[in-house]
Amino acid sequence: MKSLSRIFAILLKEVRQLRRDRLTFGMVVGLPVMQMLLFGYAINTDVRNLKTAVADQANTHLSRQFVTELAQTQVVDIVAGADSPRQLEALLRDGSISIGVFIPHDFDRRIVDRTRAATHLLVDGSDPTILGVANQLRAMPFGFDAGDTGPVAPQVIEVRPYYNPERRTPVNIVPGLMGVILTMTMILFTAVAIVRERERGNLELLINTPVSSAELMIGKVVPYILIGMLQLALILAVGRLLFDVPVRGSIVDLYLAAFAFIAANLALGLFISTAARTQFQAMQMTVFILLPSILLSGFMFPFEGMPLVAQWLGEVLPNTHFIRLTRGIMLRDASIADLYPDVGYLLGFALVAMTGAALRFTKRLD
Amino acid sequence: MNREFAIEARGLTKRFGDLVAVSQLDLDVPRGEIYGFLGPNGSGKSTTIRMLCGLLMPSDGEAVVLDTEVPGDARRLKPRIGYMTQKFSLFGDMTVHENLQFIADIYSYPRRERAARIQELLERYNLRDQQKQLAGTMSGGQKQRLALACAVLHHPELLLLDEPTSAVDPQSRRDFWAALFRLAEAGTTILVSTHYMDEAERCHRLAILDQGVKVADGTPSELQASTGMHVIEVIASDPYHAQVVISEIPEVASVTQLGVRLRVLIPDAHSEPTRTVDAALRSAGLDAQASLSSATLEDVFVAVTLQPGRRAA
Repeated sequence: MKSLSRIFAILLKEVRQLRRDRLTFGMVVGLPVMQMLLFGYAINTDVRNLKTAVADQANTHLSRQFVTELAQTQVVDIVAGADSPRQLEALLRDGSISIGVFIPHDFDRRIVDRTRAATHLLVDGSDPTILGVANQLRAMPFGFDAGDTGPVAPQVIEVRPYYNPERRTPVNIVPGLMGVILTMTMILFTAVAIVRERERGNLELLINTPVSSAELMIGKVVPYILIGMLQLALILAVGRLLFDVPVRGSIVDLYLAAFAFIAANLALGLFISTAARTQFQAMQMTVFILLPSILLSGFMFPFEGMPLVAQWLGEVLPNTHFIRLTRGIMLRDASIADLYPDVGYLLGFALVAMTGAALRFTKRLD
Repeated sequence: MNREFAIEARGLTKRFGDLVAVSQLDLDVPRGEIYGFLGPNGSGKSTTIRMLCGLLMPSDGEAVVLDTEVPGDARRLKPRIGYMTQKFSLFGDMTVHENLQFIADIYSYPRRERAARIQELLERYNLRDQQKQLAGTMSGGQKQRLALACAVLHHPELLLLDEPTSAVDPQSRRDFWAALFRLAEAGTTILVSTHYMDEAERCHRLAILDQGVKVADGTPSELQASTGMHVIEVIASDPYHAQVVISEIPEVASVTQLGVRLRVLIPDAHSEPTRTVDAALRSAGLDAQASLSSATLEDVFVAVTLQPGRRAA
């Protein structure tokens, strides 16, 4: 009973201080929205309007029709003409185009006998994404008759994109971004929380009161769990309104997963807080966690594509597991039961980090 | 079981690496008294106070505070002691009222009496007009009154004050001490550290610390009576030269200048101190009068912190 009222006292104090701390309060709301806008609009692997030059040496009715249809895919944006492959190469080299289309003078005949490729695409392969897009152009149907259904050669493999048939990047980015934003804010808030009180001298007063380490930790963590939930709602709303990102699974499952993830991050933040001596150190350590959480978690690059050691490192990070959960629940309509290993890991992580923090935090100064 | 002493410490020692901050400290603080720790910065006052309330683990020795072993049972002790830190440690981004409210919550002060107690403290410590003000924006004296109000809110039996008046003006200091006497009369034991002589003089009893060692303790008058030194006061028209001359006298333990006056300490063993000083001054051709005086607390302090072979200038 007394313990509850002490936890509540700490909680109320945190809320009061947070309300007066405009910068932190602004971060609660501003950071998720800003990150969403930045990442949501800036990161796009579904590339369109690549700058292209065409060297049409055939210049027949058919070749001109081909160029028109190519332009209609919107993948290429024809910005220049050229006379020879050599000229296309020069344009590629100086960066003014990403794709050069070379149509040889016997284009019509090649289309007919289909023994050799009718057209060459000179692609700036230094960016794998552009190369990938250029490869997709190979599937573009083209034949003599306008109404022709496609190339006569049957495909061995047909790809059916599940879950994101329009191949819109935000659908992939936003669920991952939730994890990145929560990692950043949750760890930072709590990492700074105890160090700040140590710096200001408040801690010397607090540890001389009957409040226990555990009460202090819980009182400090609970307000941020609520803030984390609020941020999650904000991210979901922005994702829905601006990027039309669906939540196909249960929203309750999503919040349960988020609860486990937020708890894991807050506990990690508290642990950092007991290790750092200054607020600056706490922030540095947060960045140290944040970078791998962006790069190794599967947020930026497919997890399976990473070297084994990087995958091991990624497995340790809470964000990796949360991204699996959010992508599963939001995009694939998975339930939390389908993804129990990840939820289990997050809860275990929270428990271990919290225990570590409480053990490290002694009610003494030496 | 109520012992006679609120604090009993035997051989209390604190080492930080090679540095011995407090060495073999014995302490008996009677209940209901104001007990002073007098000493310069770095003499181990804060370290001792922190050991007594369980903030620091003693390297050696033991202490019983309010019949409770520290640091062993420090947690049971917390509700019964009030502690005022040297640096302002309340929450600067909360109002005076919110700070008091927080402390009341943390100490589980009876809910029904809480509001009345806070009003009483605001009244007594003259903070009524500031109650909506953010604590961080107040003056040194106001902060100190708030800190005291928070330290005594839960009616502690023992109050530990670590240099409470180091950042306030003389008027605030006087008011502060009036408040302390009031608390002591009501039965609170108060341990206060200071480096001001006039404050030390107000204590019922005090210990003088120097480089982690207790060099003297007792009531102010006991200390003044037992310096083991004659105190000669010299009034000189040229105090600087007089000081140089007196320092040359082999028997003199210390000379301290206070304006045109010099306080000269000569060990008790020497039988005719005044004459010795007079003779030295006359032979140097200086215009000065020497007379026997009684020891002030400052003289006591100088006398007990003298190191063998060291002469204060």
